[in-house]
This record gives sequence, C-alpha cells and structure tokens, in this order.
Amino acid sequence: MLQIEGLTKRFAATTAVDGVSFEVDRPIMLGIIGRSGAGKSTVLRMLNRLTPSSAGTISFEGEDITALRGGAVRRWQSRCAMIFQQFNLVPRMDVVSNVLHGTLNRHPAIVTLFNLYPAADIHRAIDILERLGIAETAAKRAEALSGGQQQRVAIARALMQDPKMVLADEPIASLDPMNAQVVMDTLRRIHDEDGRMVICNLHTLDTARRYCDRVIGMRDGRIVFDGTPAQLTTGVARDIYGADETFSEAATSTEIRDRADTPAEIAIRDAEALT
Amino acid sequence: MVEITPGAAQPSRRLHDDYMALVGRRRLYSGILLALFVALMLGGFNLAADRNAGGFWSGLPSFFDFPRDVISEAWEARAELPGHLAEFLPALVETVNIAATATLVGALFAVLFALMSTRGLAPFPRLIPLVRRVMDVCRAVPEIVIALVLIYVLGGGPVPAMIAIAIHTVGALGKLFSEVSENASPKPVEGLQSVGANWTQRMAFGVLPQVLPNWFSYALLRFEINIRASAILGFVGAGGIGYELRNAISWGQGKFDQAAAVFILLFVTIVAVDQVSTLVRNRLIHGGAP
Repeated sequence: MLQIEGLTKRFAATTAVDGVSFEVDRPIMLGIIGRSGAGKSTVLRMLNRLTPSSAGTISFEGEDITALRGGAVRRWQSRCAMIFQQFNLVPRMDVVSNVLHGTLNRHPAIVTLFNLYPAADIHRAIDILERLGIAETAAKRAEALSGGQQQRVAIARALMQDPKMVLADEPIASLDPMNAQVVMDTLRRIHDEDGRMVICNLHTLDTARRYCDRVIGMRDGRIVFDGTPAQLTTGVARDIYGADETFSEAATSTEIRDRADTPAEIAIRDAEALT
Repeated sequence: MVEITPGAAQPSRRLHDDYMALVGRRRLYSGILLALFVALMLGGFNLAADRNAGGFWSGLPSFFDFPRDVISEAWEARAELPGHLAEFLPALVETVNIAATATLVGALFAVLFALMSTRGLAPFPRLIPLVRRVMDVCRAVPEIVIALVLIYVLGGGPVPAMIAIAIHTVGALGKLFSEVSENASPKPVEGLQSVGANWTQRMAFGVLPQVLPNWFSYALLRFEINIRASAILGFVGAGGIGYELRNAISWGQGKFDQAAAVFILLFVTIVAVDQVSTLVRNRLIHGGAP
C-alpha cells in the first residue's frame, strides 16, 4: 500500500532524514518514535509533500508521490490528511468553517471565497463534529476552544478530506494527559471504524505501545527499530533515545494510571496513611 | 456514520438547522455588501466623470501622450544621458541626505512617542491620548505647508525641508511603531519587571528585541517615501533633485532627456534602498546569518 525507499532530506549543513525505507501493506496504525530532531516530523512532512525530499521515492497504491507536480501535489495532499502539534487551525474562523477547509481542494477558489459551500458538505461537517463529540462548538471561533477540542476540530478537518491516510505530527505533545487520551482514542477510532491508515509521530513510549500496531524508532535521521509494540523493551527504547541506564519511562510518562507509582506520589500516599 | 438514537435526534437536528440559518444570514450580509460596493463604485464613477473638466473617456486615449513624449525625446538624446546622470548626481545626494537625516531624526522621536502611546507599555498611561493627538497633528499637516512656512522664516535650503519631513515622519512612524509594539508579547516585559528593571530597561531589553526587525523595515519604507517627498519639496525651493526636475519637466522646453535622467536616478535609488532593507532585515531576524 505504502512503500518508502531511501527517503532522504538534506538541509544546508545537516541531513535530517537519511535513507529511510519501510513498507506498509495494509491500513494499520503506525507509530514513529524518537527524540526531537530525529527526523520524525520531516518524514511526515515529506509524505504530505509539505517539504520536498532530497532523494528517494514514496509510492502509495502504486503511484509515485515524489514525482507529482503542481495541481497533482495538491490533489495528493487532499487525499493524505495531516494533523499538527499546534493544531494549525484558522483561529478567527468558526469551527465548521475550519472543518469545511478539508474540502478546499474539491471546490474552485471563488466558491470558497464567497463561502458558498454545498449544503451537503456543511451537514457532513456537523455530522463529523457530532461523531467526535464536539458538535456544540460548531458556531464558536476555533481560538475559543480548549487545546483538546481544537485538536479534535483538526481531526474533523482531516476526516472531511475523506483521506486514505492520516498523518499526525506529535498530535498530543501540547495537550494535558486527559485530552491527550481523548485525542489518541479518536485517532484509534478513525482507524478502527473507517479503516484509514494512521501514521503518528509520538514522543512517549507508553502511547506508542498502547495505540499502535507497529512502531518505527528513529535516531539521527535513520530507522533504528521497526517492530511490534511488544518488542519495544526498555533496552530498545534506550537505544532509540540514546539514553543510559538512568533513563526511566515513568519519569516522562503522561499516561493516566489507576494507581500512583512515581516516587513523589508514593511518598504522598505514605504520608497520608500515617495521619 | 453516526448512530442516531431517537433521544439524540432532536438536538442534532437543531444544531444543523441553527448553523444553516447562520450560514444563510452570513451569505445574505455578504451579498448585500457586494451589491452596495458595486453600486457605490458605479455611482461614484459617474459622478466623478460628470464633474471632470475634460471628460474621462475622451481624455483616456491621450493618457500615455506625456510619458510617450518623455521617452521618445529622451531616446533621441540618449547619447547625452550619461552626462546628465553625472550632472544631477550631486543634486540626488543632497535629496537623499535630506531624506536620510529627516528619517533618522523622525524615527528617534517616533520611538519615544510610540512607547509613550502604547497601551501596556506607556510610562504615563494618562498621556496616551495626548501623545496620539500630537502624532495625528504631525501627520495631518502636509509636509509642503510646513516646508513653505519654514522657508519663509529660515530662507530656502535643505534644513527647512529636513524639518518638515521629520515632523511628518514622527507622526507616521510613531503610529506604525506603536501598533507593532502593541502586538509584542508582554511576557519578556513581565519577566524583566520581576527582577526589578526600570521602564527604560524593560523597553530596551523586553520590547526592542521583539519589535526591532519590524520597526526597521517600516523606517526604511519611510526612508523611500521621504526620498520622494524630499524630491517634491525641491519644487518649492528646498534644493536637491526636485529643483532640477521642475526645470526639466515643464512641457515644450525640449528638456525631457534631463527629466528622464532624474527619473532613472530616483528609481535606482529607491531600488537600492529596497535591496538594502531586505538584506538588513533578514540579518536582524535570523540573528546574523544571511
């Protein structure tokens, strides 16, 4: 379904992505992990053609994506939705308008400038918002929403594109644990219910283990791990992050757990037991 | 796609209807605005055409007569062009000097006025309306009026022109600088306040680094405008290239080759300022790297 071969991105002095190759044969939920600067975002941006690649090929269902030019690039982008860490919505426009932006590639510019979207599209946008549980925000400005709601609007915009593939670049890095869980659950849902491929950059291991079917680890622009979540042991994680023995997952975990298990929380519990 | 249970159907229907009503209202408003705009443009055009002394449509074909005369005359005398360019260069330097001095002096005062008139940064918030009105006055009075008065008082020459342009620059740049500072983040300023910095220090270290690239490009844009303004003031006796242009541009003297030389010099100067502006601004934003 998706084949990536020797994908490389060189900036003036550095090589951000260095000969990345992998293949996905069916719509799965794929996680890419690695520390910041490992090249995860650049890979996703090259997939969406937001950033041009320096070398290598991307082919999706037999079509060479890297060879597309002009209008063909924009048609590809409309089939390959992208979700960003900072949501990248238009803050001063209302939620439904932001979701309708997912159809911009299908309408001539003049129609969209005069806000003459077909009524069917508007109804579908509200239906999608309803499905993601934020329909009551429909007429509000995007900037008035909380981070978690804004990210769900961004997912709604992506769904409006009706894409085969959804790319999510650190979708939960700006969210609190509660909202992070809602957003990750939503991404998993659009994979499970609609059968869309989801490729998700993540910076926390527990999220990758919990939500992804397959995990790719990147370090310094290269793939250093490619396997199932079960194979993602602490030792492997130390390799990916280039960390030593002091690296502990619990210290950076954002997962909401039933019982407290960080040293501080244990100390608090002990103190409360004494009183 | 969405499972609709009988209980949930009602609010969902209402959401759709409400939003569609909102869309309908918005479309109506934009339709009315568009119709109004077209009607005003057409009406205004007819009124202006009626009041025009010569008639707009009959005059339109001769629109390009003057530029054509200038270009054809200049082309015939193209051999003398290098000589004219050299001849007018000192006058151009004087004009650019007037503009540069006026921009520099105007920008310095504009910085002070801008900070005094920005909400959240002003040291005396009550003075904000007063400072703003002073800047309004600076902008409202045409440069040429100030220059004429000053030429009457101080005599002809570059100094009255410089002062006249500087006054206008204070008003124009002060407003633009103030709007830029209004969008600056208050967080660094708060950080500096928390360590006990005084107003001058807070502005110098908290605001200036944020706004400097924008201020700089506005100041250079103003410099371009001031070069043109200083050339115009030459018409009323402030010297510089405007004086030469007035002598050359009058119709029927056969001096259009000189006028063309003046235009070329002005054009090259504006392009040069624009290029330098882009270069310096990029350096300011990207911290030294080109």
